[in-house]
Amino acid sequence: MGWTIRGRTGEWELVCGLEVHAQVISKAKLFSAAATAFGAEPNTQVSPVDAGMPGMLPVLNGFCVEQAVKTGLALEAEINRVSIFERKNYFYPDLPQGYQISQYQKPIVGRGWILIDLPDGGTRAIGITRLHLEQDAGKSLHGAREGVTLIDLNRCGVALMEIVSEPDIRAPEEAVLYLKKLRSILRYIGTCDGNMEEGSLRCDANVSVRRVGDPNFGTRCEIKNVNSMRFVAKAIEYEAKRQVDILESGGVVEQETRLFDATKGETRSMRGKEEAHDYRYFPDPDLLPLELDEALIERLRAELPELPDAKKARFVRQYGLSAYDAGVLVAERAAADYFEKVAAGRDGKLAANWVINELFGALSRRGLEIDACPLPAEALGELLDLLAEGTISGKIAKDVFQKAFETGRGPREIVEAEGLRQVVDAGAIEPVVARLVAENPQQVENAKKNPKVVGWFVGQVMKATGGKANPGLVNDLVRKALGLE
Amino acid sequence: MSLDRATVARVADLARIAVPEEQLEPLVGELAKILAWVEQLAEVDTGGVEPLRSVHPIRRAWRADEVADGNCREAILANAPERENGFFVVPRVVE
Repeated sequence: MGWTIRGRTGEWELVCGLEVHAQVISKAKLFSAAATAFGAEPNTQVSPVDAGMPGMLPVLNGFCVEQAVKTGLALEAEINRVSIFERKNYFYPDLPQGYQISQYQKPIVGRGWILIDLPDGGTRAIGITRLHLEQDAGKSLHGAREGVTLIDLNRCGVALMEIVSEPDIRAPEEAVLYLKKLRSILRYIGTCDGNMEEGSLRCDANVSVRRVGDPNFGTRCEIKNVNSMRFVAKAIEYEAKRQVDILESGGVVEQETRLFDATKGETRSMRGKEEAHDYRYFPDPDLLPLELDEALIERLRAELPELPDAKKARFVRQYGLSAYDAGVLVAERAAADYFEKVAAGRDGKLAANWVINELFGALSRRGLEIDACPLPAEALGELLDLLAEGTISGKIAKDVFQKAFETGRGPREIVEAEGLRQVVDAGAIEPVVARLVAENPQQVENAKKNPKVVGWFVGQVMKATGGKANPGLVNDLVRKALGLE
Repeated sequence: MSLDRATVARVADLARIAVPEEQLEPLVGELAKILAWVEQLAEVDTGGVEPLRSVHPIRRAWRADEVADGNCREAILANAPERENGFFVVPRVVE
């Protein structure tokens, strides 16, 4: 994307990698049989295992393993046939065990990559370093009462996939595109719902800067808490500029963890807030090495749906769409499916235009997701048929679309009930043309010198007929009446 | 492996054990002896031997993805020093 920071002493380049925590879709937790559903009453979805009761043993949820493997396959990553669960020791009230069961030296998934879709329709590969399985912690509520923190362990022990990217990101906006693409893939394969508001998808960013052309990496800071698409780019940009300022004033960037404050739009040091960590990882003696066999991996590979990149390429090929439009349509699987229903047996480009411009526009104005779309794909298809048959004009079609979207009535029904059929009878239009010509002698003269004025007459006729006249026919009749044939 | 007071104090801190200053020095001696005893294992040449990950004869013990536990808030909160509206109450942490 060619993004640089222009400092006082020259141009600087951003080097950024993301660590994404994606909550696995499963009924039960990673190592216990307690439920994972979001929004339950506090501490009602906690088993003695999650509460760290003495003597309780973790037992691995096989489905969570399958979800991680599926994700690895979708990221075209290496699947490690043997991986190891380790204990990451730290003391915090949202994790009663006193350690998080995670994977360290041998994660379940190794190197892979994601193609991000650039605004110009091109793509760029961002490497994936690893994906590992680990337990989520509980939730801490601060500020409910002075001097205390409230703890809800419902989330404690839910399976997380930590997905770590290579430091391949070079522009704040690329980080957003990476997150969007990752979220899209996870939702396609159903391994994470990608809901950032509910915390199912959380993001930390590792940020450093270096002078353009410098092959070495600078010292990086880890930015925590960039938990919305809107703030990812902001947080990274702020942090990169902060580091450039430090370096240009002769200072040194200290490797540290910083917190993004969304209200102030800045990052600040967490030093002092967190004690020096010493995780003392070691293999969890309560758990066996995680072994995967080929049959399982192949079954999961066969279960993968058509992924966004493949679908995008097919849409370009099959429907003649631009790469950009195809990319917009495939971001959500439900939207892609909707488009294909509309496009079936019709003009693909026209269908894409209506879905992207009219439908997505109407949905976002109402704050709706495609799943809650009040207009069925069949109805939008019917509207396009009315347009293709010449029953209604393009302008009327947009009005019918709005009515159908708001009321749920069928487009054909609306056209019939409200008499919106296009007038294709020359006999009905000619008197209107004749009247307008008679009333506007000056414009008639103008039209003879400047052909653009013909358009003015066409517009007046369309207005006079409530937009129902066929524009092509009106054009012909106006030209004839003006003696321009 | 040599051990000093600072290391012992740090290990105690990580383990959340409050060790009075005067007990640090005796602990240095005791822990050093334990470490020395364990270090006898280093005499065995394990070059080229894969680490033994488990002594269990089974290779896989996975559970099905079924909810069969939880929903026992009273029992979970029974040992809490303080509770409020179903939450554990702890001294305020971080900001």
